[in-house]
Amino acid sequence: MVTASWYLILAAGLFTIGAVGLLVRRNPLIMFMCVELMLNAVNLTFITFGRELNDIGGQVSVFFVLVVAAAEVVVGLAIVVAINRRRPQATADDLSALRG
Amino acid sequence: METAVFIVCAAIVLAGALGVVLARNPVHAALSLVGTLFGMAVLFLNLDAHFLAAVQIIVYAGAIVVLFLFVIMLLGVDRLEDLSVEPITGQRVLAAIVGLGTFGLAVAFLLSSDIGLSGTGPVPLTLDITDEYSNLRQIADVLFTDYVYAFEATAALLTISVVGAVVMSRRMARGDDAQEASGDD
Repeated sequence: MVTASWYLILAAGLFTIGAVGLLVRRNPLIMFMCVELMLNAVNLTFITFGRELNDIGGQVSVFFVLVVAAAEVVVGLAIVVAINRRRPQATADDLSALRG
Repeated sequence: METAVFIVCAAIVLAGALGVVLARNPVHAALSLVGTLFGMAVLFLNLDAHFLAAVQIIVYAGAIVVLFLFVIMLLGVDRLEDLSVEPITGQRVLAAIVGLGTFGLAVAFLLSSDIGLSGTGPVPLTLDITDEYSNLRQIADVLFTDYVYAFEATAALLTISVVGAVVMSRRMARGDDAQEASGDD
C-alpha cells in the first residue's frame, strides 16, 4: 500500500530536479519550466498532507498556488518577450544588468 | 491498484521532469512538462483531489504550457542548445551538491513529521466524490468563507498581472528609443 511518505519523497525528488535545472540551465524559458516543476512538487506535498490530516485547507492552498503560478508565468513570459525584442537569443548569463 | 497507479505516475512525473532539465530543444522541454503535469494530475486523483486534478489539466497543461509553446514559437528560440559547455566552471558539480542537499534535507524533514514513515499509513478517505458533500463543495465552502478575502485578492492579482504583461510586451509607441526603432522589424 502506498503511504504518504512515498508521495512526499516523490515531491522532494521533483523539487530537487527542478532546483538543479534552475541552477544549471541558462535558457530563461527552461528556467521558468523548472520553477513550474518546483511549484508542482510543493502542490503535491500540500495535497498529501491535506489528505493525511483530513484538512481541506491543503487543497485550498494548492488552488492559490495555481493562481499565483499562472500570474507568475504571464508576467515572466512578458519579460522574456520584452528582453528578446531588445537582445535576441539572450541567455541568463547575458542579462547581468537590469537596464536593457 | 493505488500502488500501481502511483508507480506508473511517479515514473512519468520523474521522466518528464528529467526531460525538462535535459532537453536541448525548448519545445521538447515544454512537451516533457506536459507529461509531468499530466502524471501529477493523476496523482492528485489518487489523493482524492478531484477538483484540483481537473484544474491542473485545464490551467497547467491547457493554458500555461500552451503559453510557453506560443512564446517559444514567437521568439523563434526553438533551436538546439549546446549543453556540453559549462558556462561557469564547477557550476554543475556545485548544483549537484545543492540538489543532493536539498533532497536529503527535504526527505529528512518530511519523514520526521508526524505522518512520515513512522505514521499509521493512509487514513480512511473522507473526500468521497460520491458523497453528497463532495470534494468540490468542501473546497468551495472553505474558499468562500475562511479565504474569501484571499480569493478576492487573487482576482486583483490576475488583473494586475495581465495589465503588466500587456504593458511590458507592447512595442514602444514613441520613437524616442533609437535602438528599438531601428533594430526591430
